[in-house]
Amino acid sequence: MRTTTTIRMSLISLKRNPTRTMLTMLGIIIGIAAVITMMEIGNGSKTSIRTSIEKMGANSVMVMPGSMRPPGGARVGAGNAVSLIPADAEAIGNECPSVGAYSPVVRGSGIHVVFGNVDWEPGNIYGIAPAYLDIRAWEIADGRAFTNAEVDANARVCLVGSTIVKEVFGGMSPLGCELRIGEVTFEVVGVLKSKGANMMGMDEDDCVFTPWTTLRMRVTGLRYGNATNTSSTIADSPGSKFAISGLALYPEPDSRITRDHLFYAKHTQLNQIIFSAVSVDKIKDATREVSQLLRKRHRLKTEQEDDFRVFNSSDFMNMLNQTSTLMTNLLLGVALLSLLVGGVGIMNIMLVSVTERTREIGLRMAVGARSRDILKQFLIESVVLCLSGGIIGILAGHGMSLLIEKIARWPIESSPGAVAAAVLVSASVGILFGFYPAWKASRLDPIEALRYE
Amino acid sequence: MGKLIELKDIYKTYFLGEIDVPVLKGITLDIAHGEYVALMGASGSGKSTLMNILGCLDRPTSGDYLLEGEELGRASGDRRAMIRNRKIGFVFQNFNLLPRTSALENVIMPLNYTNNSLSRSECRKRGLAALEQVGIADRAGHHPSQLSGGQQQRVAIARALINRPPLLFADEPTGNLDSRTSVEVMEMFSKLNAEGITVILVTHSEEIANYAKRTIHVSDGTVISGAFKSKGA
Repeated sequence: MRTTTTIRMSLISLKRNPTRTMLTMLGIIIGIAAVITMMEIGNGSKTSIRTSIEKMGANSVMVMPGSMRPPGGARVGAGNAVSLIPADAEAIGNECPSVGAYSPVVRGSGIHVVFGNVDWEPGNIYGIAPAYLDIRAWEIADGRAFTNAEVDANARVCLVGSTIVKEVFGGMSPLGCELRIGEVTFEVVGVLKSKGANMMGMDEDDCVFTPWTTLRMRVTGLRYGNATNTSSTIADSPGSKFAISGLALYPEPDSRITRDHLFYAKHTQLNQIIFSAVSVDKIKDATREVSQLLRKRHRLKTEQEDDFRVFNSSDFMNMLNQTSTLMTNLLLGVALLSLLVGGVGIMNIMLVSVTERTREIGLRMAVGARSRDILKQFLIESVVLCLSGGIIGILAGHGMSLLIEKIARWPIESSPGAVAAAVLVSASVGILFGFYPAWKASRLDPIEALRYE
Repeated sequence: MGKLIELKDIYKTYFLGEIDVPVLKGITLDIAHGEYVALMGASGSGKSTLMNILGCLDRPTSGDYLLEGEELGRASGDRRAMIRNRKIGFVFQNFNLLPRTSALENVIMPLNYTNNSLSRSECRKRGLAALEQVGIADRAGHHPSQLSGGQQQRVAIARALINRPPLLFADEPTGNLDSRTSVEVMEMFSKLNAEGITVILVTHSEEIANYAKRTIHVSDGTVISGAFKSKGA
């Protein structure tokens, strides 16, 4: 018996009972729709994580200070310890072969910028070296980046993100404008290309970048000193390497606190060191080299734990992916369970159908159907039932995820793999749960079947 | 004419747990090509079992059944299905048409199980020809529920004829029909027999059996008369 004929026949017999067919398919439809929706949401979140990571710089690695550990006291939040200094950054750049570019990062928090009558607190004020922009693959939209010479010279130049342009400069080009950051005036030399929100949902364009030396020495550092005292020398200043010689940026450290480590550190500590591995597959090597180097430089004994933390973008990606994969798998499990329930429904109805059509089966056998023809007929009927349910389910699931994208604004990505899997799974459910009823039908005795009332 | 059917010492016993129930006790008979035979017997005589064996629906416990010289009592299930499809047509008392399926579709249904390469349009053509042969080609598109009993039985006959079998079984073909349509249906069988098809009627009615040219009486699992064609008939 030809398969096309069997398929046509099964379509006809399914059409005879449209309500029952629909209700039977419902289990499969719901199951497949759930699978498709879950896969599309899962894929969407994975893609959005990946693009966020790529925005962060695909092979960038960050080193942050560990938690502060005062003797005998409670540990204070991560990143508060004073452990990273500019010399660490230089050492990372010079001594680790797997490290490409590097940049010290200083963060200014709670500092306002003022232009004209606009007073704005940017999401991020970062003090960086020009390499930072390369590491994070952040391009300049307008103007120029500042140079290493400007970093060395504590120059008062800055780059602004597109949100700043909109909010502070009212959309006009800020190039050449004087922007006050904290209490220091900077010249805007460049505008950064828009990056959008990062993976935490924070606006990355709400940022101001200055040379890290300038931010540390002139803006954040000054908050602990005397801002008006500009006549002091900087001979003892920890930032001497980067300072303009002869120009006093810092108050002369009080003799009482000259050796006060904390005060000393306030001026030199970095909030972060960011570096890039020479290639993506060297990230692990680079991370290891940097960890070893920093442990050596910080004179940590083997039993002591790191006083810094190293994050690379793939760690971030894995962390975020793990969560989303876990959720997706969990829900996928539930969806597969409902497919199983749908399959049992199919089996039930197929058994009813076999009983109902006993006479028809007997007749078909009497006119020459072999057992395997009957088996094939009922098997194909159940597969057709499941496949049509599957196709409706795929459409419903896709519609559902589009709806979720529209209403909840979750990122959705359609997944051809999931569609293929759904087709395969629904066909398998049809075979799996249709086999027993079909086998039962094929085992019928034609004489008994013909006599069945 | 040569022998179409040869039965040699057919036994059929049902094994119901401990008890053996012998139904056919050594049946031997011949039916030649082109005969019109009535198989008669009271209920419980083994007449239906005999018909099932003759129709390749059941196997004898022992004995030989030859159809056109081929032993079928011990043939494989697939082989017997093929024989039923190609060489035997069945007409049942209760028509056994597929509900909600057109007369034409009902008629060409056996072609689905025929191992040939007839296209769909060829199948339809053959189905229409068969309906023409039984005189209801104009009802090809009707469903069984839209046909009278006599028309339904004609559709069933057309279905039995679709593969042009040499042998046609009719199991109480008029059991569900009134006397007027019974006559029509019986005349149909006579006409088909005149065209060369061997017809075997299974009935308990003398009146119907009279249409046949020869009657085989079965009683208590044995043939009591008519096992062989009488000389001169």
